Amino acid sequence: MKTQAKPRVAFFDFACCEGCQLEVLSLEEQLLEMIELVDIVTWREAMSEKSDEYDIAFCEGSITREADIERIKHIRETADILVSLGACATIGCHNALKNQFSMDEVLHIVYGDRAEWFDTISARPITAVVPVDYQVNGCPASLPEFVTVFKHILMGKEYKPPNQPVCVECKLKDNLCVYEKGMLCLGPVTRCGCDAICTSYGHACFGCRGLVDDPNLNAAQDVLAKYGLSVEEIVGKFRVYNNWPELSLEESHSDG
Amino acid sequence: MADRLNIKVEHLTRVEGHGNIVVNLAAGRLEEARFEIVEAPRFFEAIMRGRDYQEVIHIAGRVCGICSISHTCAALKATEAAFGVDISEQTLLLRRLAYNGEIIGSHVLHVYFLAAPDFFELPSVFPMIEIDKDAVLRAMRLKRLAYDLCKVVVGRHTHPVAMTVGGFSFVQDEDELGRIRARLVEAIEDVKQTVALFKSLTVPQFERETEYVSLKDPALYALYDGQIYSSEGEIVGADQYQEVIEEYVVRHSTAKHARWHRAQYMVGALARINNNFEQLHPLAKEAAAELGLTVPCFNPFMNTIAQIVEIAHCVIDSVDLIDSVLDRGVQDESSRVEPQAGRGVGAIEAPRGTLFHDYEFDDGGKCVSANLVIPTAQNLANLDADMRQFVPQIVSGTREQITRQLEMLVRAYDPCISCATHMLTVEFS
Repeated sequence: MKTQAKPRVAFFDFACCEGCQLEVLSLEEQLLEMIELVDIVTWREAMSEKSDEYDIAFCEGSITREADIERIKHIRETADILVSLGACATIGCHNALKNQFSMDEVLHIVYGDRAEWFDTISARPITAVVPVDYQVNGCPASLPEFVTVFKHILMGKEYKPPNQPVCVECKLKDNLCVYEKGMLCLGPVTRCGCDAICTSYGHACFGCRGLVDDPNLNAAQDVLAKYGLSVEEIVGKFRVYNNWPELSLEESHSDG
Repeated sequence: MADRLNIKVEHLTRVEGHGNIVVNLAAGRLEEARFEIVEAPRFFEAIMRGRDYQEVIHIAGRVCGICSISHTCAALKATEAAFGVDISEQTLLLRRLAYNGEIIGSHVLHVYFLAAPDFFELPSVFPMIEIDKDAVLRAMRLKRLAYDLCKVVVGRHTHPVAMTVGGFSFVQDEDELGRIRARLVEAIEDVKQTVALFKSLTVPQFERETEYVSLKDPALYALYDGQIYSSEGEIVGADQYQEVIEEYVVRHSTAKHARWHRAQYMVGALARINNNFEQLHPLAKEAAAELGLTVPCFNPFMNTIAQIVEIAHCVIDSVDLIDSVLDRGVQDESSRVEPQAGRGVGAIEAPRGTLFHDYEFDDGGKCVSANLVIPTAQNLANLDADMRQFVPQIVSGTREQITRQLEMLVRAYDPCISCATHMLTVEFS
């Protein structure tokens, strides 16, 4: 049996909606059980205590300022284990949509003649700035995956996110394919693990969990073939969540 | 009394997003008191341009993790106004129901998890388990109920999946609605216990009369819909928001502020109750009386209490809404929408106050321009004005006491900084 003190956990956020942390708070009773196993030492959204000494850091949000780069590097140096929590931290999410414009242009659109007061750099996921040990995908972060990752961390085990398209989970649920309703769905190229929630409610998948590794091989080719679509066509729609790095099929994401 | 005092609370905790409290007093005179916003901007208005309307609505919901149903509804209303789409009675009832779920969830989060620890002089809700375990479990039960209500109606609380222009992408299950109804009825007891708990706590005494702004509806306690109303006595259509609400920059301040008739105004639960008390459900009025909330109320700390009154209203109103939906029987009303060129404004009372989404689309349904006006941004000038009047009243206390009371004041507004920073001016020192 280990006799050392409980691991110290910290939550941090960068540019995001804080919905992933809110999801973690909604674990409620399960969260209370988790607190038995770890000490949460920093969590600005939920508590006033702060500490610069922690073992495990969960980080939500994207890096959008020079100062954020220094901050995430400091967190990386301090923590033994760094986890990217949710789509902003893992794949860039909507923040990276601004990267298709010049930073001057987006600053002027939002801040007008006061644009020079502000500092912004092309938005990027945390995973693009520092190495991370674990990833939790999804917008908001998938809670079952969060709990799984949490357990893997405590057991000292590696976690590999699933590498099949959302179509696999969607078909298991016997859903009517939303392509039948004339929608463009990103399920065929998107990493599963969400229990196909959007398509189960009759909506199209927007790709919030990122691409499967090597979509040309692992995507649901039969779905694409049936509806006469190419991987290239649906990847165009993928920018809403996956605009970092500039998407190209040659450099599909790896788990890192 | 302190002659010289400099307080800087960097990255105030137990609020949504990053903000600093700054207070400087020299020679007994207040030099500055303000709430700074240091959140990273996300440029929503810029990134929405050129995107298909369905993507715009999807992205709009991601402005905020706490009130994504409000943002989604505001975006849907704006898009429906632009396209000339009318929604059915069933869709209206169900949206109002999901919306109540979000208000309950957001207010419970603030009242119990963010604000309550201050009253017990605790750093967070977690050690409250030792002091009042029932209260913590009750908070979790109410929040779970709110989340489950949202799940039944729109698929999920945080970033709803089933709301579309003109309606819903699925048909709600009547049995599940019935089960949620039963839990809502049971929750009335939890609401009463919440009222009893906060009745026993002391809210700081501080008053500053200001202008209160909210939506107003002749028939209902205005949450999902209404015209823009000011306690100064003016009412205008929601689509005229830019003609009455002026956003401006104060040279020494870091954030864009807003005004209408006065130099600042307040939005949120207290503003709504001040403006629309008569339309609250009798159970909510009873809660207000128990909690000592009489209108007009000029104490911003009572915003937390006003949220409890709204929790009572939304719980019982949700029971009524489910009854209406079930009486009619849930119909499959999914419909296809044809985009058309035009501009539309969607106004809604988000948990923290009046929220405006304004979009212009081309005839293919691509977004030409977007403007979002966020409750927290509208409250900042009012919060600064409160701080300027409040600091001299509390300055005889210790530094810790002053800091704690200022933190409580900011938290009472329940600021949602991530929402607000897409357009706030931010100063980097």
